[in-house]
Amino acid sequence: MTNHWVDLKNADVIIVMGGNPAENHPISMKWILKAQKEKGAKLLVIDPKFTRTASKADLYVPIRPGTDIAFLGGLIKYIIDNELYFKEYVINYTDLSYLVDPNFKGPEDLDGYFSGYDPKTRKYDKATWKYQLDEKGVPKKDPTLKDPNCLFQLLKKHYRRYTLDMVAEITGAPKEKILEAYKIIASTGKPNKVATICYAMGWTQHTVGVQNVRAMSIIQLLLGNIGMAGGGVNALRGESNVQGSTDMGLLFHVLPGYLPTPKASWVDLKTYIEVNTPKTAEPKSLNWWKNRPKYIVSLLKAFYGDNATKENDFCYGYLPKLDDNTTYSWYDIFDAMYKGKIKGFFAWGQNPACSSANANKVRKALSKLDWLVCVNLWDNETSSFWKGPGMDPKKIKTEVFFLPCASSVEKQGSITNSGRLAQWRYKAVEPPGKCMPDAEIMNELYHKIKELYQKQGGVFPDPILKLNWNYGDKHVDIEKVAKEINGYYTKDVVSHPIDKKTYKKGQQVPSFVFLLDDGSTACGNWIFSASFTEAGNMMKRRGKEDPTGLGLYSNWAWCWPLNRRIIYNRASVDPMGNPWDPQRPVIKWDAQNKKWVGDVPDGPQPPLAMEGGVLPFIMKPSGVGTIFGAGLADGPFPTYYEPVESPFKNLLYPKVHFNPVARTYDSPDDKFVVGTDPKYPYVGTTYRVTEHWQTGVMTRHTPWLLELEPQIFAEIDPELAKEKGIKSGDKVIVSSPRGEIWAIAIVTERIRPLIVQGKKCHMIGIPWHYGWKFPKNGGDSANLITPNVVDPNTFIQETKCFIVNIRKA
Amino acid sequence: MARKALLITPDLCVGCRGCQVACKSWNDLPAEETKNNGTHENPPDLTGYTYNRIRFIEKVNEKGEVQWLFVSHRCLHCGEPACVEICPVKALKKDAETGIVYYDKNQCIGCQACQAACPFNIPRYDKNGKISKCHFCIDRVKAGLSPACAKTCPTEAIKYGNREELIKEAKAEGYSVLYGETELGGLGVVYALKASPKEYNLAENPKKPENLIAMGQMLRTLIEKGVALSPSVLKDIGLIKG
Repeated sequence: MTNHWVDLKNADVIIVMGGNPAENHPISMKWILKAQKEKGAKLLVIDPKFTRTASKADLYVPIRPGTDIAFLGGLIKYIIDNELYFKEYVINYTDLSYLVDPNFKGPEDLDGYFSGYDPKTRKYDKATWKYQLDEKGVPKKDPTLKDPNCLFQLLKKHYRRYTLDMVAEITGAPKEKILEAYKIIASTGKPNKVATICYAMGWTQHTVGVQNVRAMSIIQLLLGNIGMAGGGVNALRGESNVQGSTDMGLLFHVLPGYLPTPKASWVDLKTYIEVNTPKTAEPKSLNWWKNRPKYIVSLLKAFYGDNATKENDFCYGYLPKLDDNTTYSWYDIFDAMYKGKIKGFFAWGQNPACSSANANKVRKALSKLDWLVCVNLWDNETSSFWKGPGMDPKKIKTEVFFLPCASSVEKQGSITNSGRLAQWRYKAVEPPGKCMPDAEIMNELYHKIKELYQKQGGVFPDPILKLNWNYGDKHVDIEKVAKEINGYYTKDVVSHPIDKKTYKKGQQVPSFVFLLDDGSTACGNWIFSASFTEAGNMMKRRGKEDPTGLGLYSNWAWCWPLNRRIIYNRASVDPMGNPWDPQRPVIKWDAQNKKWVGDVPDGPQPPLAMEGGVLPFIMKPSGVGTIFGAGLADGPFPTYYEPVESPFKNLLYPKVHFNPVARTYDSPDDKFVVGTDPKYPYVGTTYRVTEHWQTGVMTRHTPWLLELEPQIFAEIDPELAKEKGIKSGDKVIVSSPRGEIWAIAIVTERIRPLIVQGKKCHMIGIPWHYGWKFPKNGGDSANLITPNVVDPNTFIQETKCFIVNIRKA
Repeated sequence: MARKALLITPDLCVGCRGCQVACKSWNDLPAEETKNNGTHENPPDLTGYTYNRIRFIEKVNEKGEVQWLFVSHRCLHCGEPACVEICPVKALKKDAETGIVYYDKNQCIGCQACQAACPFNIPRYDKNGKISKCHFCIDRVKAGLSPACAKTCPTEAIKYGNREELIKEAKAEGYSVLYGETELGGLGVVYALKASPKEYNLAENPKKPENLIAMGQMLRTLIEKGVALSPSVLKDIGLIKG
């Protein structure tokens, strides 16, 4: 989230699209309903299914799964055509006036492709996706927005055919509802009006997942809603600590704090820093990532302690490197496992046999392993895969180890929620039996591995032997980990370049501003620096003061970065530092005392128009919000492509059915259909419900939750039900190119058919919370029928739209 | 202590059912073995082990739009509770201070007269045949805490407080219908609505049985005569139908 949960109460318009907060993030509704009730905010829900969130909406718009970019592209066109964008904001704070390379071509010129497409590799050469620069290297601009190569004109051209008729034809949404939604959203392009967007997996789980989010980011920039209280782009995270795990480097492409994982060609630290430290010629850009060297060096110091010296590249050579042009995402891992290239696997706090799209392939892949370690609260479909449906235990060689771990209430530590708020949680009870906190399992594992390396040697023992690992012998003091994450001085620093003060070795660094690139600071995750200072563990704070009334609660726990509750907040003021909306001032320049008041600003520098002032989007080398997404794999502008599996044609770009650079896999178990197959005439979609969590391992074993949603169900519309002779409560079989599962039918008006391209589009919705292991009659995972075709940027699967059929069991 | 109430506002309810789980948790009630009956509503009815539940009401309005309403189903803690009046052994009681209608399972003889008398068909019986229903977490209330359901509700769809104040606030917030304000001596569970109670499947003009006093008298007389009251005896004398 750019903003945070409580901030939803400040919005005038709350857009829920690709998300279902009432069911998957119930507490959010406290703030959404408050906004509705106390200030007449409008709640818009755009979703194929009438959800519990939709039950509270002022306007509900049904759309066909996977057609979000058509809907949002139409909205961009509507905003541009009616000049409803926030002019001062877009000219000062975005790249809308920037000129793009004249050789750049888009889908309007190239039948659905951007310039640089190579059909053989199914990849783009992005050479033309760039700004025009002047002789000093600064992007050229045309504040009149008239230059044919300026982004405004390119955006206008890109979406010129996303008319209301076209949007209705593609999405199946009624035209008058689309227009009503556009009007309400675009009404916030004024300084004193603001809209927020709440999205989740309904946007990300597509082959155009990133572009769905980008489309809305462009809209929020055009309307001047980013940085504002009640605005922003808000990812509602689907797990209580998934924000924290992402921050800590859970994904293959990043180290803690979003530092890129080294690649093989970045042979030394110098190269790493050169490649990853952006430069800018823009005089007013703060270009915060210029500090990257401080963060990577401090991270290496945290990893390798005294062993990391300037002379040995701070042990950079010990970090594992990714092969160039190779990805190691979730689906790559299981593809490699399926092909026998991976011998052992830790399934730590996860249940891939149910959570992964095309779960049959995963279940087969697990059987190719020599060993599998499952760390979990309960035995589940992954740890017991070898005795699951269709498996012959005699033929499976995989040795499975199960390590029972402590639950969240049986250990202490931090938990970072969607709003980047890190809150300290205390242990309530002892873990049962021999269950151990994850950190202690890891600690023991580390000591054992270290011992083996010491005794037996190995190809490359140093990365393990020289780790700076001192969290306790058996019991782990988790605050030690938290302190290392914050960072500390590794030697005395006399006259620190930032404040000229002296710091002692072992002292906690006050914040990442104080990190250095010469090895005198160590920091486990720079974005969390300032969370555990000499003043103590900030995550334990429980102050309830809210002097602004905006719900910032700055003394409650701690949020990254630097306890800034709303990021990009310098965009909430005009170039003189006055809030665009004086009723909801996130920050404000106090001219007399020459400082900002309110939230922690994105940098203490004066307002943009003053001497020493800086642009608001400090993480971007340009300093402005970028409408031109040149870094993406699939194009700088979100473009409408059909889902890979879809019974409909791509009306906008008939020559390109689906995202031309989407990733697919090609083993015999990677079954998918490009386009349509008469055997599967309906659109399937998966989702979650309030009562269960993810694959349901925790909730299926909680009887009070299981009684509420005891069995897998399939929601279908009454018309299709009648045609198929299905009644509510009947057992049905839902099939796809990948297989079939049974479910209990819920026949409901909440998932009505839509008219798309002149024909009926029936949808079938299934939750993915169930598994064969427990309860006995609960059903199996919906992921047995979902496709593992993935987004080219994030490699997330397209489980929100695929082709299916249904019949009475 | 003034008369207490729960103010239920279905417009604020998102059907998360935290209230159902919190109730089971506080009261240490076992889960029901349920199945999906083609609806999200579950358990399908109140039981001796399910004191509250949310009704999922799905309908299509005159404009053809779908509506999904979530309405709490539980004991309404009548101001003039028929169950208390009819109970021949005084197992059911009304707390003079708070207005809460609670019970003592040790005194209950399981005759089920209370269910027959209840205008809302609320009382259920545990496996020993003893009365079971929402008791407003009287144990919590007396200790100065709010009932478990209200405590857990994320949206204030269930609000606990002094009855008069809650009603006043709801009116000030523009709720035109306060179901339970006057019904049956004023209910301890009041629904704040913007449409008629019928829209929310709430019984309109609920009434106590006409011959309630006579029936209660008859049951007490039977007990005095040494008759062991049971559901079958109550069926014989026509108090329980079916």
